[in-house]
Amino acid sequence: MSYLDKAALKVVGTRPIRPDGVDKVIGRASFGADMTMPGMLWGKVKRSPHAHARITKIDTSKAEKLNGVLAVVTAADFPNIPNEEAFVGEGPMNFRDLSRNCMARDKALYDGHAVAAVAATSSAIAEEAVDLIEVEYEVLPHVIDVEEAMADGAPLLHDDMFTQGIEPKPEKPSNVAKRITFTKGDIAKGFAEAELVIERKYSTQPVHQAYIEPHACVVSYGSDGQCTVFSSSQGQFMVRAYCAKLLGIDMANIRAIPAEIGGGFGGKTLVYLEPVALALSKKCGRPVKLVMSREEVFRGTGPAAGGVIEVKIGAKKSGRIVAAELVLKYQAGAFAGSPVGPGCMCAFAMYDLDNVHITGYDVVSNRPKVAAYRAPGAPNSSYGVESCVDELARELGIDPLALREMNAARDGTKTPYGPTLVNVGYIPTLEAAKNHEHYKTKLGPNQGRGVASGFWFNIGGESSASVHVNEDGTVAVVEGNPDIGGSRASMAMMAAEVLGIPYEKVRPVVGDTASIGFTFLTGGSRVTFATGMAVTQAAEKVVEQLKSRAAAIWDISPEAVEWKDGKAFPAGSNAGSFEPLSLADIAVKSGRTGGPITAEVSINAQGAGPGFATHICDVEVDRETGHVKILRYTAVQDVGRAIHPSYVEGQMQGGVTQGIGWALNEEYIYDKNGRLDNPGFLDYRVPVASDLPMIETVMVEVPNPRHPFGARGVGEVPIVPPMAAVANAIADAIGTRMRDLPMSPPKIRAALDEQEPPRLAAE
Amino acid sequence: MPRVNYAAPSSVDEAVKALAGASGLAKVLAGGTDLLVQLRSGRIKPDLIVDTKRIPGMIGIRDEGNFFVIGAATPGVMLSSHAGLEHAWPGIVEGADLIGSTQIQGRASLAGNLCNASPAADSVPAVIAARTIVVIAGANGRREAPAEAICTGPGRTSLATGEFIVEFKIPKPKAHQCDAYLRFIPRTEMDIAVVGCGTNVTLDANGVCTDARVVLGAVAPTTVIVEDAAKALIGHKLDDATLAALDKAAQAACKPITDKRGTIEYRTKVAGVLARRTAAIAFERAAAR
Ligand SMILES: Cc1cc2nc3c(=O)[nH]c(=O)nc-3n(C[C@H](O)[C@H](O)[C@H](O)COP(=O)(O)OP(=O)(O)OC[C@H]3O[C@@H](n4cnc5c(N)ncnc54)[C@H](O)[C@@H]3O)c2cc1C
Repeated sequence: MSYLDKAALKVVGTRPIRPDGVDKVIGRASFGADMTMPGMLWGKVKRSPHAHARITKIDTSKAEKLNGVLAVVTAADFPNIPNEEAFVGEGPMNFRDLSRNCMARDKALYDGHAVAAVAATSSAIAEEAVDLIEVEYEVLPHVIDVEEAMADGAPLLHDDMFTQGIEPKPEKPSNVAKRITFTKGDIAKGFAEAELVIERKYSTQPVHQAYIEPHACVVSYGSDGQCTVFSSSQGQFMVRAYCAKLLGIDMANIRAIPAEIGGGFGGKTLVYLEPVALALSKKCGRPVKLVMSREEVFRGTGPAAGGVIEVKIGAKKSGRIVAAELVLKYQAGAFAGSPVGPGCMCAFAMYDLDNVHITGYDVVSNRPKVAAYRAPGAPNSSYGVESCVDELARELGIDPLALREMNAARDGTKTPYGPTLVNVGYIPTLEAAKNHEHYKTKLGPNQGRGVASGFWFNIGGESSASVHVNEDGTVAVVEGNPDIGGSRASMAMMAAEVLGIPYEKVRPVVGDTASIGFTFLTGGSRVTFATGMAVTQAAEKVVEQLKSRAAAIWDISPEAVEWKDGKAFPAGSNAGSFEPLSLADIAVKSGRTGGPITAEVSINAQGAGPGFATHICDVEVDRETGHVKILRYTAVQDVGRAIHPSYVEGQMQGGVTQGIGWALNEEYIYDKNGRLDNPGFLDYRVPVASDLPMIETVMVEVPNPRHPFGARGVGEVPIVPPMAAVANAIADAIGTRMRDLPMSPPKIRAALDEQEPPRLAAE
Repeated sequence: MPRVNYAAPSSVDEAVKALAGASGLAKVLAGGTDLLVQLRSGRIKPDLIVDTKRIPGMIGIRDEGNFFVIGAATPGVMLSSHAGLEHAWPGIVEGADLIGSTQIQGRASLAGNLCNASPAADSVPAVIAARTIVVIAGANGRREAPAEAICTGPGRTSLATGEFIVEFKIPKPKAHQCDAYLRFIPRTEMDIAVVGCGTNVTLDANGVCTDARVVLGAVAPTTVIVEDAAKALIGHKLDDATLAALDKAAQAACKPITDKRGTIEYRTKVAGVLARRTAAIAFERAAAR
C-alpha cells in the first residue's frame, strides 16, 4: 500500500515526543558503560605509544602476578584470521585487518594501537596491570600525510600491499592499496571544447565523528561457549558477525544486545572492544567490562577519512560544464579501505555531465583505520568540487545557484558511476534556496555568502521488523536497528498510521540478535527507509489478520471487511450490518479467534531514493585575528517525505554543525613522532553551541515512490555541502580562496597578510 | 593501588601543618577544576590533598578601605556577582568569568588559576595589571608578594613547601582608572587562550594616560608585563600612532612557542591586536569615570 496522500495521514508528519526521550533527558537510559553483570571484571587495553613499530616481545608475567588480575591477552590469544573481505559494517573492511586493528599482531601501526589487554577485579588494578605489561618495540619510520605516504621511499606499512586496480600488478609494494577510475564520455574532447578551464587542488583533514559516548561493552563468555555481548554500536548483528568471525564462535552462541547509543555517526559501525572483552572473558570465565577513555577514543578509533582533492573543470562562457576531471587521494589509516569509492561516485553526482574522468587512490598511513562518518567519502570530494564550481561561477560572473541549475542533475541524468537518476529533487532545492529570503539579504563589511550542494546515495538493504498486538489493544514493534536519530519514533508512527491507532499506543523496541530477524546496521541513512518499510509491511499484515478476525467474529468473508481509523467495518451494506470492532475489541478476543495476532517481515529493501541538498552560509571574518563567525546558515534538502519533521530537521542541523566544525577548526594534530597531540575535546575543536546561529532548515518534499510513505534517507547528505559553503562564503568575504581545511584563524590571518600587510602591524 | 589522603582543615595553621608534615607530594585544593582533572588523568600523583575551602576567609570578598580582599578559594560566580568589584575592575571580572562554563564557575578560583601556573590562565593578566598583592601563609607566618611573583614557569610557582595563598588584595581604582581583558580562542567558549591581554590604564582629566600596565598571557612561559607597552601609552591619548606603538611593543614582548593552539607568528600578531583592543576598551571605561 502507499500512503503518499499527505492530507490523509494522521500520525506521519506530526511531531510527537520520542519514546526514548524521557529516559535520555533524565539520565535513566542504559548506555554501553551502564550495564553490569554479576561477578564482572574490569578490563583495560594497553596501547602502542609508537606510530609504527615492530613488536619484538610482550612480557605479561608481571601483570599476571598482580593481585586481582585474572586475565591478560595479546594477539596470541586470537585466531590468526586470513585475508577475507567483510561486508558486515559500513564501508570496506577485511576480517584480517579488523582482527589486527582490535589487537596488533607483529606490528603496531599507529599511536594508540591496542597491543594487549587485562581484566582485573577493579579498574584501578587493571590500570596498574596495563603498566606492568612490558612490550619491546623496534621503532620504525612512520608516515602520517597522505601524499607523503604515496611518495617513493615512504615507510611501508604492509609489505604485501600491491596496488589493486593497476595492470600489470606493480612489482613493488606500496602504501597505495587501490586505484579506481570512473569514466563517462570523452574527457579530452570535453576540455578541447571548453572556453574556460579551472584546475585546483584542495585538501581536507581526517576528522572525528565526535560521538559523546566512548565505546563500551560488557560481555560474558560462558563455559558452555554461549556468549552475551551488551554494547553500544550501530548494529548488534554487525557486532555478532565480527565477534563470531574474529574469535571463531558460532553465531548461535552469541547474543548481542544493543545498548542505548550515545552517538555514532558512522564511528560505531565496526568493533574495537567486544572481541577483546570476549577473549578476556573466555580466559578467566568471568564477565568483563571494557570502556574507553576519551583519549583512547581519539587515539585508537577510526576518524573519517581526509585527503587531497584535485579538480579540473572545463566550461563554456555560458556556464555549461563540458568536462570534469577529479583525482582523489584518501586516507585509509593503517589498513586499506578508505571511502574513496563513494567519494568518487558522489563528487559530480549533482551535475548532468557528458565528459567525466575520476581517479581515486586508497592510501594507508600510520593513523587509526578510518571509520564511516555521515556520507563517508562524499564531504571530501564535494568540498573540492563545490569549491571549484564556485571559483568557476565567480570567474564567469554567473550566480552560483544559476550555474548549478544550468548543469543540474535531474530525472534521466546518467551518473558518472552508472545508474540513471529517477524521482530526484535536486533542482527543487536550488529553486528553494534561490527564492529563500536568506539569499536576498544584504551583507555588511567583511561578510560573505557561499552556497554549495551535495549528494548522497542512501541505501536500503536487509531489515526485519515485527508487530505484536497486545491483549489490551496496544502494540509492540520490534526492530533490529539501534536508534541513533529518533528512528524508534518514526517506526512507531508508521505502525500507528497503518493500524489507525494513536502513536502512544505503539511502543517500539530495538531487539537483540535473538529476538528479531537479521537487520543490517544503522547506517547509510537506511533505517527509516528500509526498516520503516518492514515495519509498514508487518503492520499491514497485522491489519489483514485483524480483518480476518473481525470476519470470523461476524461470520462473513475477510474480503467483506474494511479497516479504517483503527476499526473493522463491514465493507458496504452487502457485507451485513455490524457495529465496528476496534483493534482493542479484536485483541481482547484474539485467544478465541485463532490466537495471538503478530507479524514479522524480513525484506531486502530496494529503491532508496538519493538525497540532494543545497546550503547557504553567511560568514563574517575578523581580519585581524582570522576568526570566522557563522552569521547565518540555511540548509535546503530534498527529504522525500518527513515522517517526523523535527527529527529530520535535527538531522539536517546536526550534519551542518559537524560540517562547519570540519571546515573551521577540526583536525588531528600529530607530533613529529607520529603521536597524537590533541586527544580530547579541549584541543580537538568541535563547534560549541555559542559558535553557531540557529541552523535554518527548509525541507523540500519530493516523495520517493519506492517507500510506502515516500521517505528517503536524510541523515547523511546534510554534512556534504557545509565545508564548501563555508569556504565559498569566506572567499566572498575576504577575496582569498582557502583551499586547505581546516580554515582555522591562523591560516586565514596568514592568507590575509599575503594580500596586504595590515595597517597597524609592527614594522 | 594508588591512594591519596585528604584533609580539610578549618584553620590556616592546621593547613600549614598538614602541608608541611606530608610525606610525599602535597597539593592544595581550591575548586579542584584543575587539580581533579590532573589527578584523574594521572598527570599528578599526590599523597595528600589539603582542601582549603573550610578555612574561614578563604571564600568571600571583603571591602577593606583601599583594597578588595578576595579569599583565595572564592569561586568565579561570586566575583561576577559582586557589584562593587565588577564596577571597579570589569577587566578582572571578565577574565575570571571567561574560565570554563557555568559549572566550572561555581568552583574555579583566582588562587587555583594563578597557582596552576599556566601561562594561558585567564584571570591572571588583569589581576597582575591591577597591581594585586597576594597574601601567603606558611610555616614562618604570613608574607605578601605581588601577584606576578607567584608563577615562575609552566606548572611552577615560587611558593615554598607548606606555603599557600590565603587572599588577594586588589587596590581600588583611582580616578579615571579602569581595565579590560580579552582573550583570543578559535571558538567562542570552552577553550584555552591562544593569547590573552589585560590592560589597566589611568588617565588625566584630558584623557592622557598617566599610568598603565599591559599584561600578556600565553605568549611566553609566564604572563608578561610589557613595560614598553605601558611606555607607549603613558603621556598619550589613544590615537593611531599610540596604538601602532602599543601593537609593536606588545609583539616585541612575545616569546611564544608553536604548539597545537597557535604558531609563534600568529600568537605574536594577535598579541598586538589584543593589546590595541583592550587599550581601547580600558581607555573608554577610564574616561567615562
Ligand atoms: C572545563 C574546564 C574549562 C576551563 N576553562 C578555563 C578557561 O577558559 N580559562 C582558564 O584560565 N582556565 C580554565 N580552566 C582551568 C581551571 O578551571 C582554572 O585554572 C581555575 O581557575 C582553577 O581554579 P580551582 O579553584 O579549581 O583550582 P584547583 O584545581 O583547586 O587548583 C589548581 C592548582 O592551584 C593550586 N592551588 C589551589 N589553591 C591554592 C592556594 N590557595 N594556594 C596555592 N596553591 C593553590 C592547586 O594545588 C593546583 O595545583 C578550565 C577547566 C575546566 C575543567
